[in-house]
Amino acid sequence: MQVTSSVRDPLVTGGKTVHDVSHDISRQVEGAPTKLWWAAMAVSLALLAYGFYCICVLLWNGIGVWGLNKTVGWAWDITNFVWWVGIGHAGTLISAILLLFRQRWRMSINRAAEAMTIFAVICAATFPMMHMGRVWLGFYWALPLPNAFGSLWVNFNSPLLWDVFAISTYFTVSLVFWYMGLIPDFAVIRDRAVVQGNKLRAGIYNAMSFGWQGGAKTWMRYESVALILAGLSTPLVLSVHTIVSMDFATSVIPVWHTTIFPPYFVAGAIFSGFAMVLTLLLITRKVFKLEDYITIYHIELMNIIIIVTGSIVGIAYITELFISWYSGVEYEGYAFYNRVSGPYAWAYWSMMTSNVISPQLFWIKKIRTSLAATFVLSIIVNIGMWFERFVIIVTSLHRDYIPSSWTMFHPTMYDIGEYLFTFGFFFTAFLLFAKFFPVINMAEVKSIVKATSEVPQPTEEEHVNI
Amino acid sequence: MDADKHFVTGVFDDEDVLLKAVRKVRGSGIKIHEVYSPFPVHGLDEELGYKRSRLPIAAFMFGMTGTTLALVMQIWMLGYDWPMIIGGKNFASLPPFIPVTFELTVLLSALGMVATFLIVSDMKPYRWPRQFDLRSTDDKHIMAIDLALNGGKSKDELTRILKDAGASEVNEKNF
Repeated sequence: MQVTSSVRDPLVTGGKTVHDVSHDISRQVEGAPTKLWWAAMAVSLALLAYGFYCICVLLWNGIGVWGLNKTVGWAWDITNFVWWVGIGHAGTLISAILLLFRQRWRMSINRAAEAMTIFAVICAATFPMMHMGRVWLGFYWALPLPNAFGSLWVNFNSPLLWDVFAISTYFTVSLVFWYMGLIPDFAVIRDRAVVQGNKLRAGIYNAMSFGWQGGAKTWMRYESVALILAGLSTPLVLSVHTIVSMDFATSVIPVWHTTIFPPYFVAGAIFSGFAMVLTLLLITRKVFKLEDYITIYHIELMNIIIIVTGSIVGIAYITELFISWYSGVEYEGYAFYNRVSGPYAWAYWSMMTSNVISPQLFWIKKIRTSLAATFVLSIIVNIGMWFERFVIIVTSLHRDYIPSSWTMFHPTMYDIGEYLFTFGFFFTAFLLFAKFFPVINMAEVKSIVKATSEVPQPTEEEHVNI
Repeated sequence: MDADKHFVTGVFDDEDVLLKAVRKVRGSGIKIHEVYSPFPVHGLDEELGYKRSRLPIAAFMFGMTGTTLALVMQIWMLGYDWPMIIGGKNFASLPPFIPVTFELTVLLSALGMVATFLIVSDMKPYRWPRQFDLRSTDDKHIMAIDLALNGGKSKDELTRILKDAGASEVNEKNF
């Protein structure tokens, strides 16, 4: 039996019953898409098409079409890669870490957040793949496959290779975790389709639900699988951004070569991830009328996580600055002086404002419970986190050791185009998900309806006496 | 499937009533075929007398397989098959092999456990389940009792016991 504190805010409002949960969520899947959905889809597909053109040009001509030069050999591609991977982290944090901590408010947001994770990781993966130039040979360069070079194997000492394993494992495990959660909910839609007499939909959703029945024994196994997947995903999600940060931290470039990177990157990832979750969920909840499931209380809790992680990121920035001076290393000192006051100072100060100052506004209860303020700040945080990666990557590279190599980075339309491609993909995928998949984990929300509803549910005595 | 399976199904609206009912029904010597719920009901597995799932053991074994495979692969490839000096380190030095080992452990553990789950639960995309009541994925808990395995009790007797235990309705289902 679960004991629930009566002072906690309800997680499901509007006096919903268990049946209402099935109905409210399945309705989106069963109905025809709205005009708004088609409009959003058209914009996403346009972005996708333009981005696809840019990728074709890139593949035809090679990565010379990007604005990279001899000094700045990594720029938007790796910036976007790290940005997208970071965004993915919130989904796993919500579904895995909050599950282990028994935070029940995760239940109505985990589905959409995990979907976001999966799409964001796919977006992230396109950048290193495109950067290889000849993507079709990528398998041999990135995976330990027997090859024609006498089986010259991949270098397992390289963080770039660790990244290949970390990202692909992260993607696979997140996908499996997400799909496991979807199985019982697909069965709900299947059974509703049987009642409605829609055989095609019943068949499709039955196949997707793997013939789910919901017996007590299956639920028991299912819960144990979910718990272990959460236990596996927790160190996994921490390892992914740690390894991403090692791409930089194990190098010998001033400012990259720092031990603070792993925790700092992980905090930043969760920070930007929650911002993206908020951006998406505020729209989703409005469009699909899910205000009773994703309440202001949920949004407030997510904003609190943004304050925490934003403050960790802020402390990391200040620590970096302090250590660059305190270490007495000339190169570190110069790199930071250049960051703060050099030609890319505008990027540094945009980052500082968006990531360190703006989330502190959430200390004010009025702001963290305001939808408009949350929406605006969540976008500002995402812009700030993009600048963080840009600052780390480009400002550290553009002043090489020899002043004759000093240069600036200017993105071309193909840098921008590929970034737009990932936006097009991300929103197209998210819209398809929101239309065809239940956007809220029905089974989990149903299990808390009784304990966390505003309206007192009938007690067992009353039930028995009926 | 032969169409001579006869079940009595009790429909329960509330998970707490269900838990008490399971105890009551099992207490009167009736074997419950299975209880179908729209969401996991905590404590139901114990009431039904199910043993703890051994899936965690499967996950551990798959994980260990991943660890072993990853270490053997890396040590063999870089240590023996094509040794190369990288950063002046030993050919097969353990610390840089840890990240990939960890990732493969997690990967195999997760995939192996989920595959085991699908196999032991007999779940496959082309299987249409035996549905006792379509509401069992919506908001009702369905307790199914196989008549053949409760030879001693008549249908009416079972209906009375289920009603007494708090079932909101009792139906019959034949397959």
